Amino acid sequence: MNILTHNPPVNKPSTNTWRRFKRDRAAIFGTIVLLTIVIAVIFGPFIYTTPIDKIDFARSAAPPSWQHLFGTNDLGQDQLARILYGGRISLTVAVAAMAVAVSLGTLVGAIAGFYGGIIDNGLMRLTDLFLALPQLPLLLLIVYLFRDSIRAVAGPELGIFLLVVLIIGCFNWMSVARLVRGNFLKLREMEFVSAAKALGAKPQRLIWIHLFPNVASIIIVAATLAVGNAIITESTLSFLGLGFPPDVPTWGRMLFDAQNYLTSAPHMAVFPGLAIFLTVLSINYIGDGLRDALDPKRR
Amino acid sequence: MSQYLLKRLLISIPTLIAISVIIFTILALAPGDPLGEFASNPAITAEVRENIRRALGLDQPIPIRYLKWFWAFIRGDMGYSFTSRSPVLNLLLQRLPTTLWVVGSAYLLALLIAFPLGIISALRRYSATDQIITTFAFLGFSIPPFFTGLLFIIIFSVQLGWLPFIYNSTLQVTDWSTFLELIKQSIMPVFVLALYQSAVLMRFIRSSVLEELNQEYVRTAYAKGLGQISVLKNHILRNAMIPVVTLIALDIPAIFTGALVTEQVFRVPGIGALLIESIYRSDTPVVMAITFIYGLLIVAFNLIADIVYGVLDPRVRY
Repeated sequence: MNILTHNPPVNKPSTNTWRRFKRDRAAIFGTIVLLTIVIAVIFGPFIYTTPIDKIDFARSAAPPSWQHLFGTNDLGQDQLARILYGGRISLTVAVAAMAVAVSLGTLVGAIAGFYGGIIDNGLMRLTDLFLALPQLPLLLLIVYLFRDSIRAVAGPELGIFLLVVLIIGCFNWMSVARLVRGNFLKLREMEFVSAAKALGAKPQRLIWIHLFPNVASIIIVAATLAVGNAIITESTLSFLGLGFPPDVPTWGRMLFDAQNYLTSAPHMAVFPGLAIFLTVLSINYIGDGLRDALDPKRR
Repeated sequence: MSQYLLKRLLISIPTLIAISVIIFTILALAPGDPLGEFASNPAITAEVRENIRRALGLDQPIPIRYLKWFWAFIRGDMGYSFTSRSPVLNLLLQRLPTTLWVVGSAYLLALLIAFPLGIISALRRYSATDQIITTFAFLGFSIPPFFTGLLFIIIFSVQLGWLPFIYNSTLQVTDWSTFLELIKQSIMPVFVLALYQSAVLMRFIRSSVLEELNQEYVRTAYAKGLGQISVLKNHILRNAMIPVVTLIALDIPAIFTGALVTEQVFRVPGIGALLIESIYRSDTPVVMAITFIYGLLIVAFNLIADIVYGVLDPRVRY
C-alpha cells in the first residue's frame, strides 16, 4: 500500500530537454550572447540616447572614442546608436520572415502528409520547384522591380519591410514542409491516430490536436535556424544595396556604406559585421543545442 | 540505367519550363516599362531598337512573348542587351571564364580542406582536435561571406598590404609574373568562398563518417585483423562518401550564387557582378538570361547528383 501512495519522480519531457540543453556549453553561450544582443537592441536606444541621424562632418569617420564608442560613419553619425537601431530592424525582419516561412511550411507539409495521394504529389512537386529556383538572384530581382510600387502603397519603411519579410519567408518554407510531411506520413499510420479517428475526430482536429504537437519540436529547431538564415539573407540584400532605404541603418546597409572607407575607417565595417556574425553564430549554436536536446534518440 | 536516365531527364524538362515561366512572369508583371530607360536613351540606334523589339515582340501579349523568348533561347539566341548593344550571349561568354576560374578553384580548395579535416574530426570524435575543427566549421558558416570579404581586405590589403584590393579585369596572363599576379588577386575571393563551402562540407563529411563507424561491417573488418588505414580506406570511406559526393554535386549551384556576393565585394567581373549591374540598369534580357542559367545549373546538378548516387550505390535499383 505504501508503494502506491508514494509518488515516483515525474520525468516531464520539458525538464528533460532543459537538462540536456543546459549541459551543452556552446548552446548556453549562444543563449547568453543572443539574450544580451536582444536586450541591448530593445532597451539600448532608451539608455544610449545619441541620435542615429545627427550629421556632424567635423567628426566624420572618426575611430572609436569615449564620445562615440563604436566610432562614427562617413557623415559623422554615431555607429553604436545605428547598430542598436539597425539591430531592431534586422531582428524584427528575421523573426517575421521566419514566422512566414514556418507557417507556410507547416501548412503545406501538414496537408501533404495528412492527405497523401494526389494532394501530396502536387504539393511536393511545388516544393521541388521552389527548391530548384535560383533564390538569391530572384530575391534581388523581386526587390528591385517591386520596391517602388509597394513603397507607394505602404510607405517607404513599412513597404520595404513587408516586401523583404514576405519574399524571404516565401523562399524558405520548403525544408520545413519536407520535415513536417515526412513526420506526418510516419505518424498517421500510428495507433493513437487510428484511435482518434475511431472516436470520430475530424481531419482538422487530427492534424492540429493529435499530429501537430508531435512535430512541434522539429519545427522549433527549424524555426531557430530559419531566423539565422533570414538575418544573413536580409543583410545580403542590404549589402547589395537592395534592402531598406539609405537612411534606415540595417546591419547589412552599414556594411554596404563601409565598403568605400575600408582604408580610412575600418571600424565602420568591423562593428556591424561583428553584430551580424555574433547574432547568427549564437542562433546556430542554440539551434544545434535544441536539436540535440529535443532528439529522443539521444536520451 | 538508360531508362532511369531518360525518366530523370524527362522530369527535369517541365521543371526548367516552370522556372523560366516564373522568372518571365516576374519580369513581365513588374510595374513600369522594361524598355523605358532604353527608349529614352539616344545612344541606341533605331536599327538596334528594331532588332530588340523584334527579338522580344514587346507589343504582343505575355504568353506569346514567353513562347518567342523560349524558342529563341533554345536556338542560343538570348536577345540583345539594352545598355551595351551587344548580344547577351557575347556578354555572358566574356564574363563566364572569370566566374568559372574563381568558383572552380574555390570549390577545389574547399574540398581539399573539408575532406581531411572532416574525416579526422570523425575518427577522433570528442577529442580536442575534433572540438577545434567543429568550432572552426561553425564559425565558417555563421559568418556572412560579405563580412569575411571586407575583413580580408582590411587585414591583408589595408593593414599588411600583401594582396591587391580589387580584382584587375584587364590582366592578361602572358608570362610567369602576370600569372603570379592573377594568383595574388584571386586568393581573397577564392578563400572567402572556400571558407563557407568547406565549413558546410566538413560538417557533412564528419557526420557521414560517424554514421558508418559503428556499423557491424566495420567491426568485422577490424576482427579480420585489418589495419586502421585499410579499414578506413576500403570500407568506411567507400560507404560514407556516397551521400557526400551527392551533396558535392547538389552544392555546386549554391557556390555560383554565393559567388554573386563575393564578386561584388572584390569587384570581380564575373556573371554575378553582371547580374547585379544589369538589375540596376533594368537590362531585362541579361537579367532573364543569367537568372535562367542559375536555374539551369540547379536542375542539371540535381540530375547529376541522382545519377552519381545510382552509380555509386549498388543498392539503388532503377
